[in-house]
Amino acid sequence: MIFEFTDEHEELRRTVRQFLANESDENTVRELMADVRGYNPDTWKRIAEELGLAGLIIPDAHGGADFGLVELAIVMEEMGRVLLCSPFLSSAVLATSALVLAADESAQAEILPQLASGETTATLAFSEKQSPWDLSGLRMAAKADGDEYTLTGVKSYVLDGHSADEILVVARAGDELALFRVAPDAKGLTREAVAPLDPTRKLATLEFRDTRASRISSGDATKGIERAIARTLIALAAEQTGGAQTCLDQAVAYAKTRLQFGRPIGSYQAIKHQCADLLVEVEFAKSAAYNAAFTDESDGDALSTAAAMAKSFCSEAYTKAAKRNIQIHGGMGFTWEHPAHLYLKRAKASEMLLGSPASHRERVAAAVGIGSR
Amino acid sequence: MNESEVRERTRKLLEEIHPDTEGVDHVAFRTAQFNHGLAMVSYPEGLGGLDLEPKMQAVVNDELQKNCKVFYESLAINPIGIGMGMPTLLTYGNENLKKDLMRRIFTGEDIWCQLFSEPSAGSDVAGLAMRAERDGEDWVLNGQKVWTTLAHISKWGMLLARTNPDVPKHDGLSYFLLDMEAPGVEVRPLYQITGEAEFNEVFLNDVRIPADRMLGKEGQGWRVAITTLMNERSALGGGSSRKGGGPVALLMKILEESDAVRTASEQAILEDKVTDLYIRAELLRLTTLRAKASQRSGNPGPEGSVGKVAQSELYQQVWEACISAIGDDGLVYEPGYELRRPGEGDDLRSASDAAGRRLTAKYQLLRSQANTIEGGTSEIMRNILGERVLGLPGEPRVDKEIPWKDVPRG
Ligand SMILES: Cc1cc2nc3c(=O)[nH]c(=O)nc-3n(C[C@H](O)[C@H](O)[C@H](O)COP(=O)(O)OP(=O)(O)OC[C@H]3O[C@@H](n4cnc5c(N)ncnc54)[C@H](O)[C@@H]3O)c2cc1C
Repeated sequence: MIFEFTDEHEELRRTVRQFLANESDENTVRELMADVRGYNPDTWKRIAEELGLAGLIIPDAHGGADFGLVELAIVMEEMGRVLLCSPFLSSAVLATSALVLAADESAQAEILPQLASGETTATLAFSEKQSPWDLSGLRMAAKADGDEYTLTGVKSYVLDGHSADEILVVARAGDELALFRVAPDAKGLTREAVAPLDPTRKLATLEFRDTRASRISSGDATKGIERAIARTLIALAAEQTGGAQTCLDQAVAYAKTRLQFGRPIGSYQAIKHQCADLLVEVEFAKSAAYNAAFTDESDGDALSTAAAMAKSFCSEAYTKAAKRNIQIHGGMGFTWEHPAHLYLKRAKASEMLLGSPASHRERVAAAVGIGSR
Repeated sequence: MNESEVRERTRKLLEEIHPDTEGVDHVAFRTAQFNHGLAMVSYPEGLGGLDLEPKMQAVVNDELQKNCKVFYESLAINPIGIGMGMPTLLTYGNENLKKDLMRRIFTGEDIWCQLFSEPSAGSDVAGLAMRAERDGEDWVLNGQKVWTTLAHISKWGMLLARTNPDVPKHDGLSYFLLDMEAPGVEVRPLYQITGEAEFNEVFLNDVRIPADRMLGKEGQGWRVAITTLMNERSALGGGSSRKGGGPVALLMKILEESDAVRTASEQAILEDKVTDLYIRAELLRLTTLRAKASQRSGNPGPEGSVGKVAQSELYQQVWEACISAIGDDGLVYEPGYELRRPGEGDDLRSASDAAGRRLTAKYQLLRSQANTIEGGTSEIMRNILGERVLGLPGEPRVDKEIPWKDVPRG
């Protein structure tokens, strides 16, 4: 039956939590926020080597741990709790999934082992400003040039796009969608970090001008890329759940100790009931994220509906929790000093990343038959 | 017994007796289900169960729903008896009471009601005033209960009364099983927002209850009541048992059937709202499953209030969205407000055609206003979640340490 985490799952959760408690405390997060790269390469190396997380969902033939969505959700939830600054989402989830689900065997064999070992990181550049999260609206078209291709155009909101060692690009090839590989120092490629709303996760704009690229997928890659995005949505929803839980924990802890009018503010119902509401939201968010994670991946439609449901719900739950946490902390919650704002920024940015809650509800509506007449 | 064995046993039951067969009514079928231990699989053998984990009940229900056109929802057969009476009886009843009463609750032969609330004690039910005084082998009860759902057709009532007014309120309560046919019990209808009388006021005038019908010990009635209340909340917060089922299914159907005039943006906003409600309903169902998977046995705890708060507020929104989907025709309320008992006149709760569905929604818009009050108000649920689950401090109390008789009431 669904929703049963095994002892191994719980062990994985404990291990990751323990590691992150040491390696991703608030000071570390604040240091990395201010850093252009946005993560600590030594820590990433240890995450790859000691915990095996860089290759968590990479098949063992390519040096990974060959785990599925459930393990991925557990790990992301823990990372979300502490706002880990790392290329996990960009490299170990999104780019890895695109490679596993859409790339040719030879490209997989070349790239995946290095990602798994933590030697390199990768990113998937797909969103374009006029249609950021919808593959059908992508315009960038590759020009054939002998065996190779060239790319021209701009990709926006690329996760860790300025720092990744491997750049994978989604572009049209005739009437197909294809996956391309571009050398990080290729001629005609400029990579510019943008100042992100959420400084704990870096974004870049990638501009291509007649930039050489090799095609690493055969046939139409739409389905594979869609599946990779669905996986990423689920991972992100799990991360949001972890973040929302931390906001609730912080709010409750403060409500127990802050005294006004001679008693703890948590004894006032106006505060207590807000915490109770957040508890309901967090429980629902867990149900949404776990449900998606436990969905059978071979059923593509079920997976994308569960992913859309999770992403729309967990996004709004996290933002609500982050805002309430600030409110419950009063003036303190509005300061730079207090971590509450870090969570609000992560919440709001991750809500927008990969599509708004309303856009995902539209997908759910279409899937379950709440149709326009 | 594992999942497939439970399925097998359920199929055997259906080979013996099938609810779709003509002449097999709910009593006949559910008697057999009880005797096979498939009524409440987590209960002991002989009492409707097989000593299994509670979540195995879902397997039985799934198998029944798959193979039968007729499926008896326990909460429709005997909501209070099955949802609250059975677990309370299981936890606190003596062996004789369990043997005599358990099966008849499950089959619906004995309807049960809950006599807790009084005019001066609702949310603060532990402050109630009904007196029970010992006289030989009996207790003698006097006082008034209110909002007693189903009292007019009940055989048994779970009753909380004050056996000692001189101690703080929680310590002076005892819990009884009242035979609703006993002399001195008077039931009068109370009409509600829809014009129906689901509930009643119940007056007790020198009613005698034999001492062996007390559940738990004298003065420990509050503990027993908590068991009843926790089960009530989890029963009122479980969501639909089927994906995309329950009130949201009706909402989707009404939206599909609606020919109301709406602008494109009105339509888009409505569809987004309906989808949001669909998702929440699905998450309510999944959250219940998740809670059940972690509940090994025994009675639900305070976290059951998560579902209670969520479901009551969700369903109110669902019925409101139905009215938005119906459009201006929502101005008409076809059944009218004639004062009556439920079941007299049109059946407003189940719908088989488009007009019936709209009627159900209109009726439920009104009926669902009780969802956030009955079984503990949403405010009380949030207090419980805040204090019992999250561990937030309680409010200063003026009534906790002093004898009940000295507490102000009104
Ligand atoms: C349809 C229906 C069926 C019912 N069936 C039964 C039944 O079968 N058996 C039975 O025993 N009872 C039954 N009840 C009664 C129900 O349990 C009570 O109505 C409920 O507990 C509220 O009590 P009250 O009506 O006295 O309201 P009050 O307790 O007077 O509450 C009034 C308002 O004050 C708020 N309030 C009270 N205390 C607090 C507090 N500490 N903090 C914040 N807010 C507070 C409440 O939330 C509410 O908004 C039923 C009620 C309804 C509506």
